[in-house]
Amino acid sequence: MDELDRQIITATQSGLPLVKEPYAVIARDLGIDTETVKLRLQTMLDNNQIRRIGAVPNHYKLGYKANAMSVWNVPDDKIGELGKLLGALPFVSHCYERPRFLPEWPYNLFAMLHGKSREEVSEKVAQIVDLLGEHCAGYELLYSKQILKKTGLRLKEKD
Amino acid sequence: MDDINRQIINTLQGNFPISDRPYLEVAQKLGITEDNLLQRLECLLKNKILTRFGPMYDIQKLGGSFSLCAIQVPPERFEEITRIVNAFPEVAHNYERDHEFNMWFVLATESAEQITQINQAIEEKTGLKVYNMPKLQEFFVGLHFQA
Repeated sequence: MDELDRQIITATQSGLPLVKEPYAVIARDLGIDTETVKLRLQTMLDNNQIRRIGAVPNHYKLGYKANAMSVWNVPDDKIGELGKLLGALPFVSHCYERPRFLPEWPYNLFAMLHGKSREEVSEKVAQIVDLLGEHCAGYELLYSKQILKKTGLRLKEKD
Repeated sequence: MDDINRQIINTLQGNFPISDRPYLEVAQKLGITEDNLLQRLECLLKNKILTRFGPMYDIQKLGGSFSLCAIQVPPERFEEITRIVNAFPEVAHNYERDHEFNMWFVLATESAEQITQINQAIEEKTGLKVYNMPKLQEFFVGLHFQA
């Protein structure tokens, strides 16, 4: 990330301007031309440094009130295959392999599940149990009780 | 919520154009005017149905570092520990979860070394073990929420 990318990131990380020519406005604010802003953004998108550009819905407001972190204990030599299976399910928003801490934390596969009710999430869990079959040596659901902090990611502006 | 707003939410979770008049392009696809789309987006943001509209950056691919960390907090110390952990600006999110591992927070830093340093500092200040669980592999990110 060079200084110009950094400036473009800090100018857009909280959102794009809601005006007819948003990239021109960003360019004007940074004192560069619009083509440069568009090119830099396109390059970051092509490099996956930008995951996507668009709307980020508040899932609570859309009625997804039951949100669980499901954690699964699966064989390490199968995790690539099983992780891809779970990640492809339409109700899984994030799916990662993470380290175990034995004996107290045996789980290595994490999948965030979202539903409109806990019953709906339970049905989804049953689907995952079926999908993993004999490879599942245990799982737990960790429902969120309270958001203690949510500031999100913010690059500091450099002076 | 009307059908157009539903369509905006369902079709605009990615692929927003990088062009001179991106809102115009999208509005034409939705069969509404550019002004109408801008008004609707403003309204969806104001009502907090959308939390943001714009690029989603991956700080890890930009050279920074991310980790999910957990602590088993004794219930009687929960408030105190929350205060200590939240005071670190690198703690981006922190959730209480229904489990013995009851505190889960995400560290976002500009270097990998800082993750270790901050977790050590949290352990010193709390006297509790921090379980550092960075992702080893990513299988999927980015649910499409249906409105």
